[in-house]
Amino acid sequence: MPPSPTGTRRSLLSATALIALAHGPAVGRTVRGALPWSPNEAYPPPRAVPGGWLFLTAEEAAAIEAMANRLIPADELGPGGGEAGCAVFLDRQLAGPYGSSEWLYMRGPFARGTPQQGLQEERPPAVLYRQSLAAIAAHCRARFGGRAFAGLTAAEQDALLQAIDAGRSGIAGLEDKPFFEMLLQNVMEGFFADPIYGGNQDMAGWKLLGFPGTRYDYREMLDRPHQPYRDPPVPLSGLRAASWQVAR
Amino acid sequence: MSRRLPPTDVVVVGLGWTGSILAYELCRAGLRVTAIERGPWRDTPTDFPTTTAPDELRYSIRHDLFVRPAQETLTFRNNRDQTALPIRRWGSFLPGNGVGGAGVHWNGQTWRWHPWDFTFHSSSVERYGAAFLPHDHMMQDWGVTYEELEESFDRFEYLCGISGKAGNLKGEIQAGGNPFEGPRQREFPTRPMQMTAAPDLFARAARELGWKPFPQPSANLSEAYTNPYGCKLAPCTYCGFCERFGCGNFSKSSPQTCVLPVLVRHPGFEARTECQVTKVNLSADGRRATGVTYVDTAGQAWEQPAALVLLCAYQLFNVRLLLLSGIGKPYDPATGEGVVGRNYAYQVTGGATGFFGEDRLFNPFIGAGSVGMVADEFNADNFDHGPAGFVGGASLACILSNGRPITTRPVPPGTPRWGGAWKRATRENYNRWAAVGLQGSVMPYRGNYLDLDPTYKDAYGLPLLRMTFDFPENERKLSRFAVDRCVEAVQAMGAHTVRRNEISGPYDIVPYQSTHNTGGAIMGSAPKTSVTNKYCQVWDVPNVFLAGACLFPMNAGFNPTGPVGALAYWAADAIRDRYLPNPGPLVPA
Ligand SMILES: Cc1cc2nc3c(=O)[nH]c(=O)nc-3n(C[C@H](O)[C@H](O)[C@H](O)COP(=O)(O)OP(=O)(O)OC[C@H]3O[C@@H](n4cnc5c(N)ncnc54)[C@H](O)[C@@H]3O)c2cc1C
Ligand code: SF4
Repeated sequence: MPPSPTGTRRSLLSATALIALAHGPAVGRTVRGALPWSPNEAYPPPRAVPGGWLFLTAEEAAAIEAMANRLIPADELGPGGGEAGCAVFLDRQLAGPYGSSEWLYMRGPFARGTPQQGLQEERPPAVLYRQSLAAIAAHCRARFGGRAFAGLTAAEQDALLQAIDAGRSGIAGLEDKPFFEMLLQNVMEGFFADPIYGGNQDMAGWKLLGFPGTRYDYREMLDRPHQPYRDPPVPLSGLRAASWQVAR
Repeated sequence: MSRRLPPTDVVVVGLGWTGSILAYELCRAGLRVTAIERGPWRDTPTDFPTTTAPDELRYSIRHDLFVRPAQETLTFRNNRDQTALPIRRWGSFLPGNGVGGAGVHWNGQTWRWHPWDFTFHSSSVERYGAAFLPHDHMMQDWGVTYEELEESFDRFEYLCGISGKAGNLKGEIQAGGNPFEGPRQREFPTRPMQMTAAPDLFARAARELGWKPFPQPSANLSEAYTNPYGCKLAPCTYCGFCERFGCGNFSKSSPQTCVLPVLVRHPGFEARTECQVTKVNLSADGRRATGVTYVDTAGQAWEQPAALVLLCAYQLFNVRLLLLSGIGKPYDPATGEGVVGRNYAYQVTGGATGFFGEDRLFNPFIGAGSVGMVADEFNADNFDHGPAGFVGGASLACILSNGRPITTRPVPPGTPRWGGAWKRATRENYNRWAAVGLQGSVMPYRGNYLDLDPTYKDAYGLPLLRMTFDFPENERKLSRFAVDRCVEAVQAMGAHTVRRNEISGPYDIVPYQSTHNTGGAIMGSAPKTSVTNKYCQVWDVPNVFLAGACLFPMNAGFNPTGPVGALAYWAADAIRDRYLPNPGPLVPA
């Protein structure tokens, strides 16, 4: 991702396109006479590379994986959220501009507004996850005989998540509602976003729905309304699924 | 310290829909035009090829194409008793950035507004009496009429190659089109889009209800088209990654597909990108613009002198630039005086979502930004408002633009938000829902306005724009009325369960509603109540012209870009034919 909100890769790449004015060079870009284009200039998405955790600790990652498996449980319809890579997805997101709120307006003063005024949180997601997961971990150790969230039974995990969702967990240092909304949103993102971002492995989320991915051309279906779409999904990487079957 | 550049004839601020049209028309009139755009250069093969365009997370969720709030945002409050706080992350609307502006990632629903809209004040008084109008309204006619703009609407439609079916050709009502539309001189440039399953079902239900549904006029093209500038478009493939995304197929009308290929080759044209205009500079007496100041990515300020300044920076940012530059008297809601910032309006949105049985398979991923069927019975003054008790109206439409899985997987009311039951309901319903949505008008009110925020600043230390807005009771009545009609339609389509989506509580900046912000620098017939005359020329500074929905004194039950594009052509003609031969005010104040 480009490092500054205004600068882009092009101000770095296309040095030849910079204007040299009589008064000295200007940063920015002047386009004149022809459409600026050079081969391989496309702006690809930042793909999640396999490997260890980039932001989360192993314990945090285990907790997120367990939470994702309760929010989206494994069943006869397919794998759970954790199994489908939602923790890897979140880890890579928190290590990037999303985690640091780099693209958002983060100048003060910060004040608590009305619900209609939207996000007014000073701490970016990476900080919120770190603090919230620590609060949940401390709570679990104290309440459940030293066990971590990932070590609780499914019923215990569900009960705790329900309490957080309802805003009545009573966990010290955790703001239930904002944390839960962020977690639920990010887990759903991980389960349904393109697999290039580390979640939705084997296109589990897309197969659950019957979403064909990035096929981009459905004209052949227009004369067949209300008919099932049969071709299996294709992600951005182009590595199409062999079928709609889910790996079990 | 800003450094001074050699002068040019025309500076265009913002290279989106209006900026590109005006730049090209004035280049063709023989002027040297410099467009200054705060975002990057963007084009189809480099920025949204089919291999990277269909990425829901990146574009729809993380907002990669929109202006980043870190660069520019605004503050918001519902009313003057509250303290406005910054919009830190976009929600309710998604302002564009970069070459093409919001024209890159719009849906493409392209309307001519109704003749009634342009005279909405005088026509309402005439039919219902002044006492019928809502409390604290600021209604006033546009100062320009549909008849005057007809040719400009036509030019924008032919620029885009809009796919549709005429409903009124030179006064003759045409079967299959919108019977309520104003008269048009000729058919749409391309035939209507072929419908998908849900709009088709809606059209049948609407006919049973006695309505006359017609295809949404669409900037997603039904067939290959070459526009009058010689730019070529290809047929839409119903990819389902349309609104919030650039089109990888050259199938969506945009500055990239319709204007830039010829504009960039014009010897009179130059674009400067990644340069944020911070101010229009004025002569000592404040009666003439001398050019603009902009800041490049290194933080260096430059002064670009020009004989003519065109503000094409989108509704919100045009208003902010006027306020930052001291052009026009700022509006004061306490006294009702002043003009810059008044008549800010938005849109009523909502509708009804229906859930269907096993016999339906809507395949929502087969969609495009403007593929759908519309009913116009309850829009504008197409029905008697007396019994309804409100002013304004809404268009009702079944447009299934996408089945993108992070956001578009509705479940029936009462379904848990997570867990096994959620997962089963999500799978069962993904393919079995259809929605009828509404777009409703919003009248201008004394307390809904824009000004500069006293506290929050942008990266350059300049005050952010401040929005004060809520939906008044007139618009809430409209919402209930129009949602009732949507529910009737979804029931007639055969849904077993229906969810109402209507305005409840104060206007909320968080959920997406529409990027259809209007007003704040309106056109009109008197300098005391408008910023520009009927030619989009600023009363106080005649060598500044405005483009975009900031000019609208109200917001209607249709999307805005049809009249936005028409007014750009209207202003281009006025500049070429009236202003250039005799520079000065085109209408005596
Ligand atoms: C998701 C979405 C869907 C939409 N769907 C529809 C639809 O279906 N139908 C419809 O009619 N309309 C739709 N719209 C609205 C439509 O995109 C706008 O009405 C249209 O693009 C407005 O044209 P404009 O020229 O006024 O602004 P834009 O096209 O946005 O161009 C403004 C340009 O000015 C630049 N700019 C702003 N400030 C500065 C500055 N200070 N210095 C330099 N440059 C600056 C911006 O970066 C931008 O490129 C949609 C919008 C969005 C976001
Ligand atoms: S739906 Fe059609 S117009 Fe829209 S992005 Fe896809 S191919 Fe382009």
